[in-house]
Amino acid sequence: MILYELVSFEHLRLIWWLLLGVLLIGFALTDGFDMGTGALLPFVAKTDTERRVVINTVGPVWEGNQVWFILGGGAIFAAFPPLYAVSFSGFYLALFLILSAFIVRPVAFKYRSKREDPTWRARWDWALFFGGAVPALLFGVAVGNVLLGVPFHLTPDLHSVYEGGAFGKLFGLLRPFALLCGIVSLAMLVMHGAGWIVLKTEGVIAERARRFGSIASKVVLAGYALAGLWLAFFIDGYAFVAEPPHDGPSNPLASAVAHSGSWLAAYADRPWIVIAPVMGFLGTAMAGRALRSGGELSPLGWSKMAVFGMISSVGLTIYPFLLPSNTNPDSSLTIWDASSSHQTLFVMLVATVIFMPLILIYTAWVYRVLWGKVTEDDVSNPDTHSY
Amino acid sequence: MDIGVVELSRLQFAMTALYHFLFVPLTLGLSILVAIMETVYVMTDRPIWRQMTKFWGTLFGINFAMGVATGVVMEFQFGMNWSYYSHYVGDVFGAPLAIEGLMAFFLEATFVGLWFFGWDRLSKVGHLVVGWLVAFGSNFSALWILIANGWMQNPVGAEFNPLTMRMEMTSFFEVMFNTVAQAKFVHTVSAGYVTASVFVLGVSAWFLLKGRHVGLARRSIAVASSFGLAAALSVVVLGDESGYDAGLNQKMKLAAIEAMWETEPAPAPFTLVGIPDQQARETKWALHVPYVMGLIGTRSLTEEIPGINQLEEEAERRVRSGLIAYDALMTIQRDREATDRAVMQSFEDHSDDLGYALLLRRYLDDPREATDAQIAQAAEDTIPHVWPIFWAFRIMVGLGFLFIATMGYFFVQSSFRGGRYPTWALRFAVLIIPAPWIAAELGWIVAEYGRQPWTVDGILPTALSVSALSVTELLLTIAGFATFYTVLFLIEIKLLLKYIRKGPTEDVQLTDDWNTAHRARLAPAE
Repeated sequence: MILYELVSFEHLRLIWWLLLGVLLIGFALTDGFDMGTGALLPFVAKTDTERRVVINTVGPVWEGNQVWFILGGGAIFAAFPPLYAVSFSGFYLALFLILSAFIVRPVAFKYRSKREDPTWRARWDWALFFGGAVPALLFGVAVGNVLLGVPFHLTPDLHSVYEGGAFGKLFGLLRPFALLCGIVSLAMLVMHGAGWIVLKTEGVIAERARRFGSIASKVVLAGYALAGLWLAFFIDGYAFVAEPPHDGPSNPLASAVAHSGSWLAAYADRPWIVIAPVMGFLGTAMAGRALRSGGELSPLGWSKMAVFGMISSVGLTIYPFLLPSNTNPDSSLTIWDASSSHQTLFVMLVATVIFMPLILIYTAWVYRVLWGKVTEDDVSNPDTHSY
Repeated sequence: MDIGVVELSRLQFAMTALYHFLFVPLTLGLSILVAIMETVYVMTDRPIWRQMTKFWGTLFGINFAMGVATGVVMEFQFGMNWSYYSHYVGDVFGAPLAIEGLMAFFLEATFVGLWFFGWDRLSKVGHLVVGWLVAFGSNFSALWILIANGWMQNPVGAEFNPLTMRMEMTSFFEVMFNTVAQAKFVHTVSAGYVTASVFVLGVSAWFLLKGRHVGLARRSIAVASSFGLAAALSVVVLGDESGYDAGLNQKMKLAAIEAMWETEPAPAPFTLVGIPDQQARETKWALHVPYVMGLIGTRSLTEEIPGINQLEEEAERRVRSGLIAYDALMTIQRDREATDRAVMQSFEDHSDDLGYALLLRRYLDDPREATDAQIAQAAEDTIPHVWPIFWAFRIMVGLGFLFIATMGYFFVQSSFRGGRYPTWALRFAVLIIPAPWIAAELGWIVAEYGRQPWTVDGILPTALSVSALSVTELLLTIAGFATFYTVLFLIEIKLLLKYIRKGPTEDVQLTDDWNTAHRARLAPAE
């Protein structure tokens, strides 16, 4: 017997679609508060000591958190190579901007407090701000574009061609709906970051974080609702002309796809998925409330639920699509025709089953060891390591 | 096909990869050296070892941040710039990259923060374990990256699937235990250990020259020279293993390294130095050492190593065979599952050579229309540029022997000569600090430039692997990376120098406590 046939190709594709969601959500939950904290840095912390307090709340954990991003990229490469090939080359300059943020941010954490010079520190503070805010915005813009469909087609050899010149491609991403998604994403991570700061700091910093976080939660509520209405009335979804086999070879050109009705038709077909947007709304509303008046732990808890709900809602709405093409719908990538081979998906699943629980256990342990607030005394004490 | 895009994509990849590898070797080696020092601290409880751990740990941290920052670029660049490559081999190549994240990078990145921030939050042993986990993480990381890279050199365990138009994995086991990957892994991590050892040795020598931090410097030299000697020996031995594997799998690369134009009677001589002339296909002023090449390349006295001209003839034969496969593939693309059996059979018979037909895509859209001249050109394209590879290899090997000699000398002085280091030796140790980086970068040039014109040897030509980008986009990102990387490099060097000048910070309390506790034992010795 061939080992990998223990799990059918169809099931593996479904599992990897779920795991992709797990990784993206894992990234948003962990690195998300780093980005939100970065975006909030200039607003919640005014003096140098305050800024160091905020930076040191994420100081010991950002490296591990960032791996969710890298692993997300690696998993898309390994499990859905056509998605990796088409989207990363298509969103070329936008991704370069995100990468710039991910280059500057690690260095900013490490290097900012290594010199006393205030100009030096102010520059790195801006780097941390942009390093948090720019990707948070652009990830949302990317999601918006996925919902709208992007202008690419595949040649018979499966070369991917993304239409538009260099700047046409970049600015073509900034369609109004996509920008709205970008704002929702930024506000969502700011809210999440505020929850983190409330948990890890005290006094004036925490109070400011509560204020900004609460504003962000209102933006999320309004923006998410508006995006939903926009999606319901003005944006066409995509559907297969005929359902392709779920265990066929991964060739996106083998199946025909057409624009059809609204994406939200998915909620008529599979009513249970409504739980995702409900979690998104409820989590955001409750996080906002907790930020205004709740304890220290509850804002982060609720915002986790909000992040989980909102990201899941996108995936569940466009299922089984991964990346629809608006200029050549037949080229659209779906989980049934853009995955890796049966064997690769199985090997990767085995690796994930072994290592993901270990990762979760040791990450939880690290957070437990680092549990507790970061205070001004901590960062002023030369004996303890801090940024 | 836009050759401008191909050349710029290669330039960008070479630039970002070589730059990333400025930080990787030091991370690989220093993580282990620091963990060794901390182990000694935990075992002996002597504060000086804690001081050493912290001092070298700080330098490790400055370097680590840059490794992380530039590593993210590597993970995403395949999709951004090498979109067809990603599609064509992602089924095989993506898996080791993803497993690297799962198994190694998560481990290393999660614990590195705790290592720096956890001194007061963990027990001594707990903290030590965290340090070793960071070291294991970075070394496992190298393992998986080199499994991926090794597959590009020696694509085992996969076959082309005409229905999906890509390579698909047939045996994960073969991909993982690819002999090329295993040899490269040990060669590369050993090179990292040498780099870190030369760095620690050089910085410590500078302290001794200045008469500062003498205790720390002497102990650091003892650790670095013994670890470095073992590593330097292993680099050369495992480099030889790589040479042997190249002989089995990448005959053209071996011939280029050796600038061996014609097949020589076995056992082939090794050309020590010479000036390869690609136009005339000869090596001028060549100085030969008999037998050596045959021994490295085949481990036998009777087996022949094919020369470049013979390999080119072989390549032409494979281009023609690949065209049969390509023709069949076009039919399969049209008829898919309903393809005629005879066509399928013809494809299977020739699919191993499909990549050679794809070399023609550089010159025309449909390789089947190629003229004899174009086919001959495609065959000639399989010869990489010989002189850079020839010389890069020789300088790398020369430096390898230099490291063995240096480490050996300092090991003997520190272990058997009571730690007496003459001034000239210390100066020399400072002077060669950059040398391991030069050797490592040259090593990658031999491996990757020597693999041209392929991204995956014999399977996928480089010219075909790129994304459908414009020259403008590439110029923008190249300018962007160049700016970021230059600025960050200057900052990193400045910070490293600042922290080296500042030297270790002595924990007065700990040292006093230790001295009080051990006064009784120390007294008779004074």
